[in-house]
Amino acid sequence: MIAKWFKTGSPWIWLNAAAVSACLIMIIGVLGLILVRGIGHFWPTEVVRFSYQEEGGQAKTIFGEIIDSSDTPAAIAKMSGFKMADDEDVLLQYQIKTGNRDVTGADFRWLQARNIQQQSLPEDIMVIERREWGNFYGQLVAVKENGAMIASGGQAWPVAQTKIDEALSIYGEINHLEKKEVGAINYRLEQLRLKQKSLELKNKLDETAKSVIEAEKTQLKKDYEQYQTQLRALYQKIRGGSLVAKTDGAAEIEIPLAKVVRIYQPNKMNLFEKMGHYGKKFAEFLAEDPREANTEGGIFPAIFGTIMMVLIMSVIVTPFGVIAAVYLREYAQQGFTTRLIRIAVNNLAGVPSVVYGVFGLGFFVYILGGHIDRLFYPESAPAPVFGTPGLLWASITLALLTLPVVIVATEEGLSRIPKSIREGSLALGATKFETLWNTVLPMASPAIMTGLILAVARAAGEVAPLMLVGVVKLAPTLPLDGNVPFIHLDRKFMHLGFHIYDVGFQSPNVEAARPLVYATALLLVLVIIGLNLTAIVIRNNLREKYRALEG
Amino acid sequence: MATEHVRTHAIDMNSILRGRDKNSGQNEICIKVENLNLHYGQKQALHNISMDILKQRVTAYIGPSGCGKSTLLRCINRMNDLVDSARIDGKILLDNENIYDKSVNVAALRRRVGMVFQKPNPFPKSIFENVAYGLRIQGINDKRTLDETVEEALKGAALWDEVKDRLNDNALGLSGGQQQRLVIARAIAIEPEVLLLDEPASALDPISTLKIEELINELKEKYTIVIVTHNMQQAARVSDYTAFMYMGELIEIGNTNQLFTNPKKKQTEDYITGRYG
Repeated sequence: MIAKWFKTGSPWIWLNAAAVSACLIMIIGVLGLILVRGIGHFWPTEVVRFSYQEEGGQAKTIFGEIIDSSDTPAAIAKMSGFKMADDEDVLLQYQIKTGNRDVTGADFRWLQARNIQQQSLPEDIMVIERREWGNFYGQLVAVKENGAMIASGGQAWPVAQTKIDEALSIYGEINHLEKKEVGAINYRLEQLRLKQKSLELKNKLDETAKSVIEAEKTQLKKDYEQYQTQLRALYQKIRGGSLVAKTDGAAEIEIPLAKVVRIYQPNKMNLFEKMGHYGKKFAEFLAEDPREANTEGGIFPAIFGTIMMVLIMSVIVTPFGVIAAVYLREYAQQGFTTRLIRIAVNNLAGVPSVVYGVFGLGFFVYILGGHIDRLFYPESAPAPVFGTPGLLWASITLALLTLPVVIVATEEGLSRIPKSIREGSLALGATKFETLWNTVLPMASPAIMTGLILAVARAAGEVAPLMLVGVVKLAPTLPLDGNVPFIHLDRKFMHLGFHIYDVGFQSPNVEAARPLVYATALLLVLVIIGLNLTAIVIRNNLREKYRALEG
Repeated sequence: MATEHVRTHAIDMNSILRGRDKNSGQNEICIKVENLNLHYGQKQALHNISMDILKQRVTAYIGPSGCGKSTLLRCINRMNDLVDSARIDGKILLDNENIYDKSVNVAALRRRVGMVFQKPNPFPKSIFENVAYGLRIQGINDKRTLDETVEEALKGAALWDEVKDRLNDNALGLSGGQQQRLVIARAIAIEPEVLLLDEPASALDPISTLKIEELINELKEKYTIVIVTHNMQQAARVSDYTAFMYMGELIEIGNTNQLFTNPKKKQTEDYITGRYG
């Protein structure tokens, strides 16, 4: 009976189906986990007021968000030093985010459920998101300006809101001035300094050149002074205001408005307000720079850096891989050598990526970059320009890493172009090159795109080699800005993959940053999907256009 | 304007040189094959072939599969160069010039000797671009010249009326017979002297075949045509001269009527009467 069942082949079908389902479940599991954990992070959680009394201690009030809970069996709890009554089977504990790191020194604490005497959701508890020290949980007491109280009690909240909006717009102005305007001046001053030095090195720095440079410098410095005056005034304005708030320990704390990102009262919000808050937080996450050692704020520079690096890598790897494949498949005499090269190329795909990183650092950065600096940028010495990890080297290293994929895919595509098409072109008096360029390569372009899709998927997710050749924890400037020549390939950049590693493992406050890890991972997946979808759409269009001969 | 003028002039010169003038071109030799041997690696595929192909005549190669007729045809525009293992000795003279001479530019040769293959092989481009392909390769990109030449070539291939409203459609959307005529249009657009047809109708239905045969009859007014065919009736219908090949050897060549009605060799007679092959 069983033997007969085996003969029908159905066990195989079941086995295959099971394997496919297992893969699907795992993929959905991964995506589901990051989706749930990552997306939930921005939802405004209620802040609970606990009355908490530890055994033999005084009753305390604690404000905090419930993050997690854990059940510990009594036996294990006893071993860890908890006193357990005989009728208690488990020790239930809640992890609470209490914030106020500047006051208590910790963001989180564990509360034992049995010691919680009362818990409530008072509407006047507010959360202050700050630029440093993490969130603040407490009650608003008053708003101060230049030391004088301007609102307190019931009026404090609306006044605080308007004051914060004002402060935020000033802060935005300061940010713009410092980063854009003053940044541009600094950049141009540096360029002038380099120009002067380069003229000096060439012994061409005569009086006229010097005076031109000096005049420009003076002008820039004048502009700079002007901005400085503006900035001083703005700082003066923003420094005046502050919020006075009461912590759960009833201590009163003054928080300068300049340090406040936003305040909200989660227990008072209805669903729509919460959704609005969520949207704002998510937009901030996408569009803003990170704060507080990357554990707060947005990840825009990392998204930007990732996409930019992938694009530059594609621009490098595609022509390179295609040309190599064309030579291997079309021009080289097929034989032992080409076989050897193919084996070598395939094996390159198996080299651990960190090895490419080491190679990139040793060869591209130090040797190539060092020589470029010596030849073209003698004026910047001893500071390196290209002799240090940067966007260009990271892109080239990844291009090298993904080269085998593109070569293999292109070769595959070339080999699938029917001989009759090539003959047709040759018979019309086209040379081999013209045939390749006008007919064969366009027809192979969908295959080339397939190679590129695989390359992009691999490159966008790579972290290890990037740590060696150009990615940093925090890049002060984007590799693309308004200063000539706009694209700065020598700059270091941020990358989503490395950002995940950095936030998850290197941050001073790992616990607080964990949801961000999920959110960033989600975004990395989305970026890769986005890049791939673009490539797939292009490929399908090409396929439609160069549909090969049928039959 | 100036370039166009020069071009028209050049065409006139060419047609004079090619002897399109009916009276002068009657029995001129266009291609002369002399002692041609071809080896694929160790195997000899053509044995000492010599023949004359007359200008503005249709010459058909017949013979059983594997007898070397396609190989011989592909020698005339050096398509066998693409086969790594092929080795050729002997001569093929096109207008008294050996095409296997080292100084010959193969691409330029193939412009003079066009070829149509067994299976229609249009490029995955528009109908217009297919026909314009050979011209673009030569660097002709002038819109008006292209338009004119494409129209002329499509008319020449008896396809114009069927496709004139959809020149920008993909050529792969045409039927097999239309595709084959498109390929012929593509070949005649660059105005070759010789057209090589390698079983041009073997993949087509009877009606398309008939159209192709009619087309061959028209084309011989302008071009020297060499056709390989499996089908003896076809050879009898379209050709002026027929060559019978067997096992890589040229057995007999002669006037088509005479070869089919009164073959000189026993082998030919056996073949055309269906005794083998």
